[in-house]
Amino acid sequence: MPIPRGERILMRGNEACAQAALDAGCRAFFGYPITPQNQVPDYFAAHMTEVGGVFLQAESETAAINMVYGAASAGVRVMTASSSPGISLKQEGISYLAESELPCVIVNVMRGGSGLGNIAPAQADYFQAVKGGGHGDYRTLVLAPWSVQEFYDLTRESFEIADRYRNPALVLADALLGQMMEPIVIPDDVVDPTSLPRKPWATDGAQGRPRNIINSLYIEALDLEEVNLRIQARYDEAAKNEIRFAEENLDDADYAVLAYGTAARVAVTAVDHARQRGIRAGMFRPISLYPFPSREIAALAERVKAILVVELSLGQLVEDVRLAVEGRCPVRLLGRSGGIVMTPEDVLESIAKLPAGSSK
Amino acid sequence: MSTHAQNQQSVVFERPQSLEPVRMHYCPGCTHGIAHRLVAEVMDELDLAPRTVGIASVGCSVFAYNYFTCDMIEAAHGRATAVATGVKRVRPDLFVFTYQGDGDLASIGLAETVHAAARGENISVIFINNAVYGMTGGQMAPTTLPGMKTSTTPFGRDPKLAGNPIRVCEMLSSLEGPAYLARVTLTNPRQVRRAKQSFRKAFKAQLDGLGFSMVEVLSTCPTRWGMPPQKALEWLEGNMVPYYPLKEFVVAEGLREDT
Repeated sequence: MPIPRGERILMRGNEACAQAALDAGCRAFFGYPITPQNQVPDYFAAHMTEVGGVFLQAESETAAINMVYGAASAGVRVMTASSSPGISLKQEGISYLAESELPCVIVNVMRGGSGLGNIAPAQADYFQAVKGGGHGDYRTLVLAPWSVQEFYDLTRESFEIADRYRNPALVLADALLGQMMEPIVIPDDVVDPTSLPRKPWATDGAQGRPRNIINSLYIEALDLEEVNLRIQARYDEAAKNEIRFAEENLDDADYAVLAYGTAARVAVTAVDHARQRGIRAGMFRPISLYPFPSREIAALAERVKAILVVELSLGQLVEDVRLAVEGRCPVRLLGRSGGIVMTPEDVLESIAKLPAGSSK
Repeated sequence: MSTHAQNQQSVVFERPQSLEPVRMHYCPGCTHGIAHRLVAEVMDELDLAPRTVGIASVGCSVFAYNYFTCDMIEAAHGRATAVATGVKRVRPDLFVFTYQGDGDLASIGLAETVHAAARGENISVIFINNAVYGMTGGQMAPTTLPGMKTSTTPFGRDPKLAGNPIRVCEMLSSLEGPAYLARVTLTNPRQVRRAKQSFRKAFKAQLDGLGFSMVEVLSTCPTRWGMPPQKALEWLEGNMVPYYPLKEFVVAEGLREDT
């Protein structure tokens, strides 16, 4: 049965993510079972044939990401999804994808870590996601949704970003966003993959043109640096064009709570409660985690007395916030780990403890 | 040029069109060069180059992407058949081959090899088995013979300590997916001609959509074996062939008549 479009429907996050990929013209998915992302491959297994695409359950995460590498080399829109331990296994392949300048979309439905951890919501893969993750001098372009609707929207957008910058894009969700059901509206328009511009660099048969080579091996150091500088220039370009964030109640705020994804859902409730108590708090929510909205956070730090970073990890996001703030105001951390989600009351308590400071 | 002169001259040997006119990096006496040439000759004969994607692996053949005129992808160590799967699944109209050494295919990439074969993935694999890691300095390979000296088995490979060699063709023969599995060598002109026939059958298997095809090529590594090229060929025949018998292990129905 075709999915209803243009009206509110109830959908699970993982399924919305997979539908978004199909609507973005993604016609290949390679994955391996791991909780809590299993509805993503299940959805492709059920629906990919309807659009004439490829679904394949790989023998491992390692094989899956290398199948992505092959399909991306052939020039098609391709995706893989996994959860934290599986994303660790994919890191070698992601490094090769980045250095070979191949676009693809990777979805991480994060779970508690480290090690085997558990299957509860966590944000402990933040460093891995935004600092590169695998070996070498590269980044993935990271978008972090906070609702099922955004999981759909940002997954879809990630395909555009990956193609625009010829680089892997990462959607950073978590167990809560993947598993919960929320009302969403799926738009009418879908991308016809045959309408997408041809990729002149793709290895898809050298008929009528010089051969193409997809490679990440550069024996001469100067050659390798040149490639890395070219890739870095794209990241600089992305930093100009792809910064995404949301603000709530920040216009007159004395205090800013800074959080992304599931942690932001808790924080926004706490901000409401703080307002009810007469504390002028607001929320800043980074949506693009790489590139990071550093300039906007620096400007925010000029306006508020203090910033509270709320994250489902023990001090990862807060490092990037402090780098952006550069001492302009105090930055405090509320972090929980191992699959624990803090309550709005926990956040409110931390807001109340922020340094009084002087009005700016 | 007169008609008479034209009749007198004909090309009897030339570089295959599918081979780039560049110097290869392989050591003198190494049989990679012959194997490359055979791949290119068969690609020429079947007119494959314009619709081929080749996958180079990690090891001595890492630079194979420089030597073929078709589109090429350099894969991570051991992952060539997974990369080939990605290409072939989204573009079944392309001809897709991998070119891998023993460390790449039978050690770090063994899972990818077995599962590509088990799926009957419609790709062709050229597997160079020279029983040693050439590129990294002559370490033990998964196919190093018992008693054979390498830099990591300096007293000879002791199966009690370092395990036993893997006979890849025999192992894959138990699977339903392979359409063609053969082991060949390149130690004399007769063997080279046989090897080429096997390459052709492997490629035909893919073109006919029959499933996974692989040719294991027993090869020499004079540099890491510490032997002159001629002695290396003799050592291969005397030591590797008895352990790794030359034969066709799997020949799908549709390939039997083809030569």
